[in-house]
Amino acid sequence: MNAAFVIAGLVAVAATVMVITRKNAVHALLYLVVSLLSVAIIMFLLGAAFVAALEVIIYAGAIMVLFVFVIMLIGNEEIPVGPGTWIGPGMLGAVLLAELAWVLTRGVSAAQPASELGPAKVGMALFGPYIIGAEIAAFLLLAGLVGAFHLGRRISTAEGRQLREAQREPLPRRIK
Amino acid sequence: MSSIPWEYGMLLAGVLFSLGLVGVIVRRNLLFILLCVEVMLNAAGLAFIVAGARWEQVDGQVMFIFLLAMAAAEVAIGLALLLLHYGRRKTLDADAMNSGGG
Repeated sequence: MNAAFVIAGLVAVAATVMVITRKNAVHALLYLVVSLLSVAIIMFLLGAAFVAALEVIIYAGAIMVLFVFVIMLIGNEEIPVGPGTWIGPGMLGAVLLAELAWVLTRGVSAAQPASELGPAKVGMALFGPYIIGAEIAAFLLLAGLVGAFHLGRRISTAEGRQLREAQREPLPRRIK
Repeated sequence: MSSIPWEYGMLLAGVLFSLGLVGVIVRRNLLFILLCVEVMLNAAGLAFIVAGARWEQVDGQVMFIFLLAMAAAEVAIGLALLLLHYGRRKTLDADAMNSGGG
């Protein structure tokens, strides 16, 4: 169990270092996905399986898709192709896969955390003593929805035309 | 009590948070600044989970769910602002935002 934690932690730190040092945003996104997956493994090892699933679904799934959309919309990033793009994140992901296989083949006792706080307990706490917090989170998400809609509508009318024209011409300035 | 020493978990969360902070300070690309903010939020969430596992309470996981909602709202607004900024200035350089008047 401890070795699994150490391996996942090292992968997380290595992937995060690669995130903050990459020049290309697509490379950084791939490494960030690996970092989030290894953090999810650590959360699972700590007994928070529900939150680990949320981390994979929402962070590595939904939020990363938002970043990919924005990179597509900006369009001044050369999309990298070839093995140089995926070889680094692929290696780190293979380490995580090997760790998963190792934990699974050692039987249930190795994969089972010592003390697990299941989703039922989390739900009872979330909608029990923390119900005000859940309501405030709903307000926050509504505010985010309205704000993103408001800002995005201005993009789609006035500056969107400009943005689309800017995508056609080759941009002189690459982002650093 | 999980078999993982909680100090190690907190150490990992601190290292990840520091890496995100270094990224926010060092990088001048707005997209990378938002990515590093995500790294910092994720590290804070990991610290909540480690603390929740240490005291065997569900409060850490509840806080992580709130943090997830906050991160989703933050990244939606942040990326919309980034697109607006890029539409005006045609650059993602954060230093281009200090010209004022707009």
